[in-house]
Amino acid sequence: MKQRFDAIVVGAGPAGCACGYKLAKAGLEVLVVERGKFAGAKNMWGGAFYGPTLSELLPDFWEEAPIERYVASNKFSFLTEDTCLSVEFTAGKFGQPPYNGFILLRSKFDRWFATKVEQAGAIVAAGLQADSLLRDGNRVVGIKAGGDELPADVVIACDGVNSILAQEAGLRGEILPRNVKQGVKEVIQLSRETIEQRFNLSGDEGIAWEFIGACTKGLPGGAFIYTNKESLSVGIVVELSALAEKGIKANDLLDGFKEHPAVANFLADGKLVEYSAHLIPVSGIDMMPTLYTDGFLVAGDAAAFVVGTGLILEGANFAIASGVSAAETVIRAKKRDDFSTESLAYYQELLEKSFVLKDLKTYRKAPRFLENPRIYSSYPELACDLAERIFTNDGKPRKKTWKLLREAMKGRVSFGQIARDLMKGGGAI
Amino acid sequence: MKPISIEDKLAVNKYDVDKDVHIKVNEDICKECEHHYCLYICPADCYKLREEHITFSYEGCLECSSCQIICDKDAIEWALPRAGFGVCFEYG
Repeated sequence: MKQRFDAIVVGAGPAGCACGYKLAKAGLEVLVVERGKFAGAKNMWGGAFYGPTLSELLPDFWEEAPIERYVASNKFSFLTEDTCLSVEFTAGKFGQPPYNGFILLRSKFDRWFATKVEQAGAIVAAGLQADSLLRDGNRVVGIKAGGDELPADVVIACDGVNSILAQEAGLRGEILPRNVKQGVKEVIQLSRETIEQRFNLSGDEGIAWEFIGACTKGLPGGAFIYTNKESLSVGIVVELSALAEKGIKANDLLDGFKEHPAVANFLADGKLVEYSAHLIPVSGIDMMPTLYTDGFLVAGDAAAFVVGTGLILEGANFAIASGVSAAETVIRAKKRDDFSTESLAYYQELLEKSFVLKDLKTYRKAPRFLENPRIYSSYPELACDLAERIFTNDGKPRKKTWKLLREAMKGRVSFGQIARDLMKGGGAI
Repeated sequence: MKPISIEDKLAVNKYDVDKDVHIKVNEDICKECEHHYCLYICPADCYKLREEHITFSYEGCLECSSCQIICDKDAIEWALPRAGFGVCFEYG
C-alpha cells in the first residue's frame, strides 16, 4: 500500500463514500478503510433515504445503483393492541425521476457506492480496521490499522454512531442511553408479485410505512415496514434506556408487531432471510461531538447527524451531505497546505450553511419533545378508540361525534393536556 | 408468520466467527448488578442469566454496541470483532 495519503476516510458507509468520492474526484490521494469484508457488510438501517443530496454528487445515480424501490407512498399508522388507524400520502410525481425517496438495502447499496469511490480514483480497503489514531502531539496525522501505521494529512471519521475515533480524538464523551434508539429488523422474503398485490404497488413503486403506539408498548419509538423489490424490511425502533428500564426486548416487540392484525396479512408466508440490529443517534445537537480538530473531521452518524420528528427519521442524506462538506473542507485545506483546527473550522461553516446544521437546529427541541409518553400511548389509543366508536355499529342509537370524542378522551387525556402538547409540539417539530 | 426464537433468527445470518472473543464480561461485577440491563438490550441474546451468573457468548453478536452503552457497572470490556470477522449482512 502507498506510504502516505492526502486523506484517510474511516468507514465506507454513505458519509465515508460521499467524502471519499468527492476527494478522489478532486485528484487527492485517498484511502477509505472499511472494517467489514466489503462496504455494507456491517451496515443496516430501516430502509429509505430522501432528497436530492446524492444525485447532486452522482447525477441520475438511480439508473445504475441497486435501488430496491422508489418511495411512491408514505403511510403512517396509529396502533393499539388490535386496532389500527392509518393515513397514507401518495404523490404521482414521487414515482418519477428525480424521485423523492429511495428504498434500498445497505449491504447492496453501500457496496455499489464504494465501487464508485474506487472508480473515482480512491483506494477502498475493505477488511481493514482503523485501530487507533496516529498522533503528532495533539495533531492527528494518520491511523494505525492492521498493525501498520498509515500517515495522512487528515483523517475523516465516518465510523458510525459509536465513533471510536471521535472518542479517541477527545471530541465526544460516552453515549448516554437516552440519546440512542435501538433498531431491530427482519428482512422477509416474498415474491415481487405478492408484494405488489398486497401493497397496491406497480413497477418499482414502494411504500414507507411507519407505526406508532402499541407496537412499542408505549415506549418512545415506533415500527416500520419498507417494501424492497422481493422482500420487506420490518422493524422496531425504541429508545435504549426505555428498553432497559422496562425490561423489554426489542425483538419481543418485533414479534408482537408482526402478529398485529393490521400487519400479519402483509407478511404472511414470508421467509426470514436476515435479522439485524443497530443504534440510531437521536438527540441531534444535544449529543453532537465537536466536529473537527487538528487533522481530523467527523461526519455522518459519528457526528450524530440524524433528524427525527416522529413523522420523519432521516440520517443517510445528512451523512452524504456532511461527507461532501468534509471533503470540500479537505480540498480547501490541501490547497492552503493547512490542516490545523483553524483551517478545518471551514467544515462547521459549510454545515451551518447547509441543511445539515440548519435542520438539526430547527428540530433542536424535537428529541426531548418526543420523549413525551402520551405520543406513544394516549394519543394512538385516543385516535383508534375514536375511530372505533365512529365506525362500530352496535344497533344502539348513535351519538354525536363530539360526544364520542369526549368518551374516548375520558381517563386518557384532557383538553388542557392536548393543548399543552400541541403548543410544545408546535415549538419542537 | 409464527414467532421464531432469536437463536433461529440468528441462524439465517451470515457470520465469520473469529476464534478470539471480542467482548469480555467481568462476571464478578455482574454478580453484584441489581438490574442486568444487558439481558434486555442485547438483540442477539448474547447475555444470559444462569443460576445468578451472567454468561456471555459472542458468536451471534450483531455489533450494535447497545451493551457497552447501557452497562453502568463497567463490567464489559467492549470491542468490535477483528476486521473481516463477525456478522456479514447480505441485505442490511
